[in-house]
Amino acid sequence: MFMRSTATLAALFFVSTAPLALAAEKPTDPQIAHIAYTAGTIDIEAAKLAIKKSKNKEIVDFAKDMERDHEAVNKQALDLVKKLKVTPEDNDTSKALAKAAKEEHAKLAKLKGAAFDKAYIENEVAYHKQVDSALETLLIPSASNAELKSLLETGLKIFQGHEQHAEHVAGMLK
Amino acid sequence: MRVPLLVPMLATALFASPAFAATIEVTIDKLIFSPASVAAKVGDTIEWTNNDILAHTATVKGGWDVMIPAKSKGKVTLKAAGAVDYFCRFHPNMKGHVEVAP
Ligand SMILES: [Cu+2]
Repeated sequence: MFMRSTATLAALFFVSTAPLALAAEKPTDPQIAHIAYTAGTIDIEAAKLAIKKSKNKEIVDFAKDMERDHEAVNKQALDLVKKLKVTPEDNDTSKALAKAAKEEHAKLAKLKGAAFDKAYIENEVAYHKQVDSALETLLIPSASNAELKSLLETGLKIFQGHEQHAEHVAGMLK
Repeated sequence: MRVPLLVPMLATALFASPAFAATIEVTIDKLIFSPASVAAKVGDTIEWTNNDILAHTATVKGGWDVMIPAKSKGKVTLKAAGAVDYFCRFHPNMKGHVEVAP
């Protein structure tokens, strides 16, 4: 319903530490909604993998926090686009996110135990940093609908909080 | 003869209970504690009302840790005097402060 294709959704996993290939042009509101939802979905999928693979309580607890928060935010985003009658539109930024996520997933899937935990949490720090900067420099300034802008601004605070939380968990692993 | 006996009993009960303990309200909206800083006394209760769709905590390092579920409330009764900084474990960029007088 939200995603054009469930195959695309299934492909969304992890994002590498390479900077996002952001589209040169200013994204439209339907594209921004798609990017924000995709970014959340990627982190939920990452969390699900960590909950399944990790034996470390701190990692599993963190992953559960990510899953819970991003599901709540994505639900709110869905409610908003429905209310605004906006149809989210796939775009180059969403595609770049999905591609990087798929590569990161392949990398993480091969790891086990402490190596997995370390790679997962380090990617969480890097991923949240990337999304923070995309929100700050591109998505929030480009959003034209006031409610969408406000949702993104709250989203930025949540992502910044998660980044600090991830840094804290990464510090405990060392 | 029962009535006169009740008077000193009631007085004792009133003095023994924390008659002057207050409840201090803090609201959480879009990941912001407000007011960010509150003054309280030992025995007072702080009650957080969370208007967000996300769960938060009010956590003091080495001290209290209050869960505040989404669209819900959480509270703590202050037992020690002093100034404390608190934060949310899930979103450590959320910060608050309490001055507790004896
Ligand atoms: Cu929080």
